[in-house]
Parts: sequence; C-alpha cells; structure tokens
Amino acid sequence: MLYFGEQELAAILLSLKVAIWATFLSLPFAVWVAFLLVRRRFWGREVLNALVHLPLILPPVVTGYLLLMFFGRVGFAGQILNDYFGITIAFQWTGAVLAAAIMAFPLVVRAVRLSIEQISPDLEHAALTLGARPITVFFTIALPMALPGIVVGAILGFAKALGEFGATITFVGNIPNQTQTIPSAIYGFLQMPGKDQGAFTLVFVSIVISVTALLLSEWLARRVQKRMHGQ
Amino acid sequence: MTLTVSIRHQFSGFNLDITFNAGSGVTALFGRSGAGKSTIAQAISGAFAPMEGHIAVNGEVLFSTDQRVNRPAHRRGIGYVFQQDLLFPHFSVQGNLEYAQRYGRSGTGATNLSVVLDILGIGHLLHRRPAGLSGGERQRVAIARALLSNPSLLVMDEPLSALDDPRKAEILPYIERLRDHSKVPILYISHSVSEIARLADQVVAIDSGRVIKMGSATDVFADPNIVPQLGLQSAGALLTATIEKHEDDGLTKLNSASGPIYLPELDAEIGQTVRVRVLAQDVMLSTVQPENISALNVIQGRVSAIKFGRGPGAIVSIESAGNTILARVTRRSVQALNLEIGSSCFAIIKSVSVAPNQIGRG
Repeated sequence: MLYFGEQELAAILLSLKVAIWATFLSLPFAVWVAFLLVRRRFWGREVLNALVHLPLILPPVVTGYLLLMFFGRVGFAGQILNDYFGITIAFQWTGAVLAAAIMAFPLVVRAVRLSIEQISPDLEHAALTLGARPITVFFTIALPMALPGIVVGAILGFAKALGEFGATITFVGNIPNQTQTIPSAIYGFLQMPGKDQGAFTLVFVSIVISVTALLLSEWLARRVQKRMHGQ
Repeated sequence: MTLTVSIRHQFSGFNLDITFNAGSGVTALFGRSGAGKSTIAQAISGAFAPMEGHIAVNGEVLFSTDQRVNRPAHRRGIGYVFQQDLLFPHFSVQGNLEYAQRYGRSGTGATNLSVVLDILGIGHLLHRRPAGLSGGERQRVAIARALLSNPSLLVMDEPLSALDDPRKAEILPYIERLRDHSKVPILYISHSVSEIARLADQVVAIDSGRVIKMGSATDVFADPNIVPQLGLQSAGALLTATIEKHEDDGLTKLNSASGPIYLPELDAEIGQTVRVRVLAQDVMLSTVQPENISALNVIQGRVSAIKFGRGPGAIVSIESAGNTILARVTRRSVQALNLEIGSSCFAIIKSVSVAPNQIGRG
C-alpha cells in the first residue's frame, strides 16, 4: 500500500515547491507576452511567437540540454550568475524551477492569450476615451477581464510544472532529497528492484494533486466568470 | 465650441477626403454604411491616424500631420459612444460611471452626476450589473458614462443601430433631452434618416468619402439633390411648427408659417415647437385649391425646384412662407400639371401619413 518514506516525502515537497515557484515565475511574463502577441503589431512578432512555443515542440531533453549549455557552470549565463552573484542553478532545486517554468510557459501563454482575444479592443478604447492612461486601462480593464484565462493558465502551468520530467532530469539531475521531483523519483524507483511501493505512492499522490488542482481551477474559473458577467 | 476636421486617407479602393466644422448642439454626420463615417469618428477620438489632416477642438490641436501632433486617445477629452454599449462587465453601473469621473477631465461643467442621471433616467440602475440591463438601458448608461468624463465633445457613432425599433424609440427622447439640457456638443453619426431628422441641428452629408452637402438640418433635408443619398423612401423636408391645441377627436392642431397642420395626437405640450418630417412620397400636388378631399393638410406655395431622376419619378420642391416641402411625383404628372419653377401649387398631406417617430422636438 502507500508508503511515505523520507525520500518520498522529500520528492513530494520539492515537487510542490518547484511547481508553485515555476507557476509564479512564468505567470507575469506569460501575461505580458500574451498581451504583446494579441494587441501589438511589431517587427519580430512571429519570431517571438515561435520562441514562446519552442519548449512545447522541442523534445524536453533538448530543452534541458540547452538550459545546461546556457545556465550550466560553464554556460554563458551560468558563468555570469556564478561569478557575479554566486548563484548556481544547474543541479539545484532552483534549476528545477527554471526548467519547469520554461516548460510551462507556452501553455500559460496560450491560455491567457485565448482569454485576451475575447476582450474587444473597443472596450479598451472606450476606457482610453474616458481619460484613463494605457497602463491604467491594462490594470483596470484588460487584466481583470483576462482573469478567467489567467486562472486556467496558472493551473495548467502548475500541472505541467508538476509533471515536468525530461528537461528537469537533464538540467538538474535526479539527486534524492535535492533535485528529485515526483516524476524523477518514480522513474528512479522503477529502476530499482523492490521500490515499487514508493513508485505507487508517488503515482497516487500525483493523481490527488492534479485532480485537486483541476477541481480548484474549475471552481475558481466559475467564480471569476460569475463576478465578471453576473447580473 | 468648434470642431474642425480636415482629413485625407487612402484605403485600398477608397479615398477619404473630408473637411467640415461643427458648432454647439447636434451635428449629424450622415451617410450610408461604408461612406467613411466611422473612420472619421475614430480619427477624432484617437483610434485611427489618417495619412494627412488636421483635427482641432476649440483651437486645441488633437491631430495634425503638418504640426506632427497626434494626441493619444486618453488626452483628447472626446467622449465616445459606440454602436455596442461597451460597458465594463466587471463593474456595476455605478462603477462604470465612477470610472469616467475618476479618470475623466477635471471640472464637472454641465456634467454633474445628478443632472446626468436625471437626463438619462438611470438613477435606479446604479447598483445593477451591465449584464442584467436591457439594450436600451445599457446604451443610456454608456452615454452617461461618456458625459461624466467631462468631454469637450461627445461623439456618438451609430448609438442606436444595434437596437430594435422599440428600443430606439425608447432612447431617442433621452438623446433629445441630452441635446436640450446639457451644454456638451454632440457629433451624431448615423445612416438613419429618421434619427437625424429628429435630432440634428446641423447635417454633414457624406458619400463615398466626400462631403456632399453641409448645412442646417432644414436646408439639407429640403435639398432635392441629396434625395438619392437619403433614399427615395426616406426623403422628406422638415416642417417647423408649434403645438396649438389637442382637439377632441384625437387630432393635434399645429401652427406653422404656412398655415395650420393637423396630425394624429402628439405627445407634446401646447406651445412646444416641433419638427415634422413630411416624407416626399406622402405628398400630393395640385394646381388648384382642392375641394371635398379627405386629406386635412393643404399647404399653398410655389415650385422652387424640380429634379428628374433616371426613372419615371421626379422630386418637386415647394416653397411656402419660409418652409420647404418636397413631393415625390411622376414625370408624367409634372408635365400634365405643367409645373415649372415659380408655378403656384398646393401640397396635400394626409394627417395619418405622418408617423409619430417622424416628429422631433424643435
């Protein structure tokens, strides 16, 4: 049956921590990028769009490898972070956050984008003609109206971050109690004889967390929808 | 207040080249859909920058390609009411109005909250959400919201066209009250002849991107040359008259410079000046004083213009004591009656042909 040993608990806590951090890290950028893609016409828009979708279409291992090349100890950004700030993220839990955030990013952008596309630009123009500055219009009209999509995007991003495996294991490895998330722990347990119980426990926990997140998002989305279009 | 607009823009297969001025009161920008009206509204409000032009309100330059000015929409002080109401769905009616008060230009001018609520009759809706309002109520709230931002000009872009006829009839009186009780000048954009005949002081008629006629509503509607733009069914001159008496048999007697006019009972007070649109197709002509006919209104005048179209019809313009009446008759009748410019002539109008929605408060 279920067995919660030290390694299992560590993996669960780390996964939750990584998924929550990754969600909050990618959300503001995703909202910003989604607005850029829907509302602005600029040179390089298609390039940005492609770049955003890259983690979705590349094999996750390739994303992990690129992260390692860029943020690893000898990578371009990794060296700067290490030399000037004393921060290392490869093979650290923070690296797992970065990998999960990047992998979740396109999903969050897509969900937010869908809800922004529903907002009539005329509504924002109406707010402008009333005298509100563009930044005010963003925070008072566009952002609240995009809230249902932002909620959905956040939950999707959280679920993706929780399940992220390929990029994470490539970038930060599979070190028990340090960088071992639920998926990498399940993978690890399956490699070792007699660890089936641990794997089963983590599978069960994954299902519970994911279903809870889904129900929560449905409930939140309904509430937001009601607030937005209620009478 | 003066609005001066002079803009040129090239669209694919369509050139816009418009110059007009507007003063206080209601200036109607009239034209068929696709004539370029909404583009002009967008250029004034700052949603669209034409290739070339100059737009100023009270001498303040909002847009000018010569002076390289393109003031952003939020600093133009132009109230904008759209075809769709565009209320913020996540705010209550009160929240929507407060938004305008909060971010609008300082000073209240003629747009004090209680006055606006009263003019538009929305005081009882304050705590409701936009989703729970009828189309007409929503549009009234949208107008109130635009007013409360204290604009120097209110642009109304087809504000009634998304509503059904009963809703339109419900809102028109509110817009008339707005015209009469607030000092904010209005640029009213519409393709509806009846709305403009009721509301406009000045009319700027537009066709395929150009101004074809500009002047007082009475002058524009009395011009037989713009009948094709108005549409044969909708053409008709405006007759100014004062309510004299509501009679026992359900008729209202009006006094005009051209003599008394009888119409089906009007919902207006005695002494009030109204503007009656007499459709050209409802007018019959006679060269002799008609006797023993059922029509109650016979107006004597002289033919001032005759315009023949391509078909069998003609538009005859009759001048009578400062009023003009247009009559749509056949070419054959013009010949049979020997009508020429200067001929004396009687215009016959059936009382029941004038529908209440063709009567505006003067």
